[in-house]
Amino acid sequence: MSTADLATYNFAYLDEQTKRMIRRAILKAIAIPGYQVPFASREMPMPYGWGTGGVQVTAAILGPKDVLKVIDQGADDTTNAVSIRAFFQKVANVAVTTKTREATIIQTRHRIPEERLTAGQTLVYQVPIPEPLRFLEPRETETRKMHALEEYGLMHVKLYEDIARNGHIATTYAYPVKVEGRYVMDPSPTPKFDNPKMHMSEALQLFGAGREKRIYAVPPHTEVVSLDFEDHPFEIQTFDKPCALCGAENVYLDEVVLDDRGGRMFVCSDTDHCEERCSAGHRGHLAYDKEAAE
Amino acid sequence: MTLDTLAFAGGFKEPVFEAQAAFRTLMDCMARPGTIGRIDATVVPPAPLNATAGAIALTLCDHDTAVWLTPTLSRSALPGWLAFNAGAPVTEERQNARFAFVEKDAMLPNPSLFAQGTQEYPDRSTTLVVEIASFEGGRPLVLKGPGIRTEMEIAPVGLPDMFPHFWSENRQNFPRGVDLILVAGGELLCLPRTTALGVKEA
Amino acid sequence: MYVAVKGGEAAISNAHRLLADRRRGDRSLPAIGIEQIVAQLGLAVDRVMAEASLYDRALAALAVRQARGDMIEAIFILRAYRTTLPRFGYSKPVETGDMIVERRVSATYKDLPGGQLLGPTFDYTHRLLDPSLLTDEAVEAPLEREEAGEPVMRVSDILAGEGLVEDDGSLPNGHIAGDLTREPLEFPMARDLRLQALARGDEGFLLALGYSTQRGYARTHPFVGEVRIGAVEVELDMPELGFAVSLGRIQVTECQMIAQFKGSAKNPPQFTRGYGLVFGQSERKAMAMSLVDRALRAEEFGEDIVAPAQDEEFVISHSDNVQATGFVEHLKLPHYVDFQAELDLVRRMRREYEAAQNTDLPEAAE
Repeated sequence: MSTADLATYNFAYLDEQTKRMIRRAILKAIAIPGYQVPFASREMPMPYGWGTGGVQVTAAILGPKDVLKVIDQGADDTTNAVSIRAFFQKVANVAVTTKTREATIIQTRHRIPEERLTAGQTLVYQVPIPEPLRFLEPRETETRKMHALEEYGLMHVKLYEDIARNGHIATTYAYPVKVEGRYVMDPSPTPKFDNPKMHMSEALQLFGAGREKRIYAVPPHTEVVSLDFEDHPFEIQTFDKPCALCGAENVYLDEVVLDDRGGRMFVCSDTDHCEERCSAGHRGHLAYDKEAAE
Repeated sequence: MTLDTLAFAGGFKEPVFEAQAAFRTLMDCMARPGTIGRIDATVVPPAPLNATAGAIALTLCDHDTAVWLTPTLSRSALPGWLAFNAGAPVTEERQNARFAFVEKDAMLPNPSLFAQGTQEYPDRSTTLVVEIASFEGGRPLVLKGPGIRTEMEIAPVGLPDMFPHFWSENRQNFPRGVDLILVAGGELLCLPRTTALGVKEA
Repeated sequence: MYVAVKGGEAAISNAHRLLADRRRGDRSLPAIGIEQIVAQLGLAVDRVMAEASLYDRALAALAVRQARGDMIEAIFILRAYRTTLPRFGYSKPVETGDMIVERRVSATYKDLPGGQLLGPTFDYTHRLLDPSLLTDEAVEAPLEREEAGEPVMRVSDILAGEGLVEDDGSLPNGHIAGDLTREPLEFPMARDLRLQALARGDEGFLLALGYSTQRGYARTHPFVGEVRIGAVEVELDMPELGFAVSLGRIQVTECQMIAQFKGSAKNPPQFTRGYGLVFGQSERKAMAMSLVDRALRAEEFGEDIVAPAQDEEFVISHSDNVQATGFVEHLKLPHYVDFQAELDLVRRMRREYEAAQNTDLPEAAE
């Protein structure tokens, strides 16, 4: 057996028939915002649960003119983001960037960039469990019926039980949304902080769940409303302090443990946003000041 | 050329990249209903199907998608062309069609005759690809809905007078319903089932 | 345009280098060859072929070597390769009645046409570690006998002769066998798709489920009608030629499990069946598969669905070890953004709790 006997891969890895199948699913997903289109997800050369859905969507839309950005937890340098970016460089020789502004396609796990996305950009989410009702009803046959009948009472009951028990809605990420007044949708496990960014976005948002074999979409300028109650309106996380490095406020922060004496710092989860601000001269209270050091 | 030779020629010259570019135009236009996109395809389908519609067929159709054709297209070399270049089977049953192609000046059947999908699987509906004369100069129609910031205006020439009525029926079935790709020359625009269409008051 | 990214890339590349080192191990020892794996670790190769749904011993052996003997990893590697292969067509159903049998045992008859053939089985070996295998001692050639020329009748055909067992089962007219790897799953499934899913399902998972049916979680009173292992011909219909051509032989293991009889006012009592068919030699898998297949037919036979093995959505959704391992192992990926969100909420709730406690205290003192 020589290596020549083994496969040579197509542009962007997927064969053309698979791309067509995914492309058809994407068009239907766009036409029915928030509805999960079943698709014949392929086995990818990375594990299920590691972004195979997002990778298949990206591979199906990606072309030679695209500039790709891949983030995980908001950061370009997390290992899985690096690995997926390297995959597309290898199989599609695509231009890559860490700058949100320069990217035409952004594949993400768990975050939406802080910088407002623009028309012409496509945000591709990696989704582990696409079904927002799954933890209330494990059976696909049942949840499909609930979506068909627009029967979302169970979700409201769950959220209300949270309030009764904890005084809060205890869902902090993967917080369910309603799309264009019809489908309840899982926004993927992004913190609810990011939910408002999905609403009336300029960018097209595509969601790929490889293991669960579903694709869904939110077109630009589409209503995405987080579920809530009149007496308990939806609210996002707030942070007491700005980013320790760039001083940004109203952004999502990661907590970094500094020592074993309870030392903590809070820094931007969106690494590109933080770097951009730092290079524009913004400084947080723990920023490394090059000039002062010299 | 004979009917037979017509069937084998005229596919994509660079299938991977031309299909990708055509798809991106389709995706952008489906995401932004009413926006006019352009496919610069090298495709030469048998007459009377136009090149843009031909490129859409090769981009989206294959063994897994039964295609419905108007009587005129069925009698042309198109069935053979689709079989050879895309592997796509032709069906006479509108309800089985994943895609339907209607050439310029042909009668547009009522969209409700095509597969609408089910309440559980609304994606299992036909996508209609309809060629019209032009996107300019017709009766102005106002579009609203997902993908449109406030509203869009189009003025297509070549849609039947009944079209706004057909379309409002289609929309009432949501989430069921067909999606429409209109083609005029090298240009296209999309009307997904979510788009509300109004006749502009003069 | 290329943008170098700090940290991750070097870490990944170093990890891969270390992995390659550990895979090769002690360089003073000869590297293990693909042919050696095929020849001497044949059952590992068979399992990889079966659960990757790709019949190619050399590639399966390569995957086993590449995966350092991690079977699920090897299955995964081979699957990811399989998925890129073009589809030329669909073969005709293999005719296991014409199998060139190497092993065939029946638990339901003492003797039967074609006889009982033990074949290369671990059964009746005493599981004592064998010191002779520490060195490469000469191994005797196997004894072979003249082929009896007698057809090895399937036990299901013997029973069917009397009408005592249900038919092979039929699918609706015009039904084209589905392809699990080309269509999204949808429940309920037809039996053809279900059997496909079981055939590539995790051996351990199916073994546990099959075992559970024996212990009372959906008991089906099973008997091994027969298990047979051997070579069958794979044929492809060639429309251009108008007849089927042979693509060659593959080794398979088939199990026909004869199970609880059924009867009704309309139908006379007869035995039901569970079916297992697996690439290569894999008796445990084929038997477990047939038990689970039978359990999953509960609805068809009007049986109450009370046990996990009868629950199609549960069994099929969780039988694929490549899916399962990916999702379980993805938990080690960073989740700190979501964890931060949870941390924030728990801290807030703690503050509220403590505030409530403090306001309660004076009242308690009164």
